[in-house]
Amino acid sequence: MFKILRLAFKNLSRYKRRTLLTGLLIVVGVVAVIVFSGLSGSFKQAIVGQITDSVLSHLQIHRKGYLASIDNLPLDRMMPSKAFEKLEGLLSGVEEIEAYSPRIKFGAMLSNYSQTTNARLNGIDPEKENRTVPLLASRIKDAAHDDVLLKPGEVLLPEILARGMEIKIGDTVVLVANNKDGSVNGMTFMVAGIVESLMGPGGRDGYLHIDDAASLLRMETPEISELAIRVRDFGSLKAVAEKLNDLTAPLTNKQGGPMFELHTWEQLTPFYNIVRMIDIMTLGIRVILIAVVLISVLNVMMMSVYERVREIGTLAAMGTRPGRIMALFVAEGICLGLGGALAGSAMGAGILWIMNLTGVDVTFGGNNQVFTLAPSIAPTEVALTCLIVLGVSVLASLQPAAKAAGLEPVEALRHV
Amino acid sequence: MNLVEFKNVSRSYQLGEVSVTALQDVTLNIPKGAFTALVGPSGSGKTTALNLIGCLDKPSQGEVMVAGQAVSTMNRKQGADFRGEKLGFVFQDFNLLPVLTVFENIEYPLLMIRDMPKHLRHPLVEKVLAAVSMENQADKYPAQLSGGQKQRTAIARALVGNPLLVLADEPTANLDGATAKTVVELMKQMRDEFGTTFVFSTHDPRIMDQAELTFHILDGRLEDAPAKEVTHV
Repeated sequence: MFKILRLAFKNLSRYKRRTLLTGLLIVVGVVAVIVFSGLSGSFKQAIVGQITDSVLSHLQIHRKGYLASIDNLPLDRMMPSKAFEKLEGLLSGVEEIEAYSPRIKFGAMLSNYSQTTNARLNGIDPEKENRTVPLLASRIKDAAHDDVLLKPGEVLLPEILARGMEIKIGDTVVLVANNKDGSVNGMTFMVAGIVESLMGPGGRDGYLHIDDAASLLRMETPEISELAIRVRDFGSLKAVAEKLNDLTAPLTNKQGGPMFELHTWEQLTPFYNIVRMIDIMTLGIRVILIAVVLISVLNVMMMSVYERVREIGTLAAMGTRPGRIMALFVAEGICLGLGGALAGSAMGAGILWIMNLTGVDVTFGGNNQVFTLAPSIAPTEVALTCLIVLGVSVLASLQPAAKAAGLEPVEALRHV
Repeated sequence: MNLVEFKNVSRSYQLGEVSVTALQDVTLNIPKGAFTALVGPSGSGKTTALNLIGCLDKPSQGEVMVAGQAVSTMNRKQGADFRGEKLGFVFQDFNLLPVLTVFENIEYPLLMIRDMPKHLRHPLVEKVLAAVSMENQADKYPAQLSGGQKQRTAIARALVGNPLLVLADEPTANLDGATAKTVVELMKQMRDEFGTTFVFSTHDPRIMDQAELTFHILDGRLEDAPAKEVTHV
């Protein structure tokens, strides 16, 4: 094998400029794939991290039918306290769950005594919420407390509302809400922080203590809108979701239907489509790489065969078997692909390393939120890219190699 | 003992709607060790005869036997193996591989065809390099050699596997008179040293005189009996 590769390498060096140009094309393709994969991967990670770690959490459980009306924040489709207790009992036995946080979601009128507007609010247990969505604290500007998100009697208001109504930390505001029977209640709260807005559902919500939310909504027994769950290993999210589905399936409502519905973050946010689009774009770049390698290697190998017909005839006349002639040309394709893949991988990894040192700022979303990306690529992905290039190089070499091997020696020797 | 036997061999080609006969009803025998010339003008059928002997082509009629084997019935792989084992080729245009040095060109049949290990093939290459007086040019590439040196290299490459028969198609056509004479003398010397049968085609009268056995071919037919008797077997 080594002797064939050695001869193939020598043959490639015969037309240095052509080989270099083709190799360069492959290098550019591999660099594009590696840099794009590294950037898009870290961008994806940043978006998903923000969405899951500061708003949604990894998965959520609602009472069956709640999600279909989630935009209305319905108060008549909440989990009764008994159902929530049952659910808590089940969750406590699942080791894969790191934390969970019950939420009461509702709409209210927000007044600063001079202006009034609508607000979407979440009643939360600050300690549980902090463990479930640990990045929420980082979104609070000028927080009143360092150790806790908020205390009873306090509210965290979304930045966009606070700015519009010129509300500052320490101001008193009034929240007025309808309970599920339609009666109205109002309570005053102190603003304990301004929450930075985030794209996507829940990104412009305010927060208050879960006990305050229950009081404002006049709940005799607390009811829960949703249960946000954080798993220990994000990679095993699907497995955990399936396990929880199995565990909650036996719990039925009065009609005999399932009592709960469970959704992972992918089903809860439209940004999953962006993530999928990034994956499709990465695939697209890979397809372009395959096309570049296929066309360039095929072109070089076909030219190589046509230019060396007499030489092929000489090799065959001397007794070189057709299979070995074919191997010689396939080896040339492999050398070309391997060289391009290795050089491209090294260059791509180098570019990602430099980007990591400098950091890449990306603005995203309606609020021009800035993400500082730390692009990186898994070694397995680099290896996969190299394998794709190698495989395509072999594929592209097969037809010209088969043509070379199939040449009749007597015809080939006559070729001018 | 005959190394090559042609029994009523004909070879015709179809060129469009026209059938061209390159060889017609040729019967000849070439004894082992003979220094043989196929002589005739361009297009007479010399190269076709050499191709048939070298299993590069198959007769339309008749039978070609080389070293007791009917080469016309061999498939491509068998033909390749037979050539690799039993035959050596020298071409008019030398046909050296330009990316390989003189040493590597000579080494090629042992390395790529016979898969011979290094400790066996290197002494053989050095032996033929010395025999053709090219040991000082071993590291040069074909582009750095004169025509005569290239043909010496090609002869060494043909001989390195110790074949029974070396086929040379117009080996001196691209050489000047003095070099051509030297090359033919070298081939004869190699025949004496290695006992290899040489069959070469030529239309150069200065060279054909060197042959011990000469077959005149004209318009695909063999003319009369061999012009010379074999003196060396």
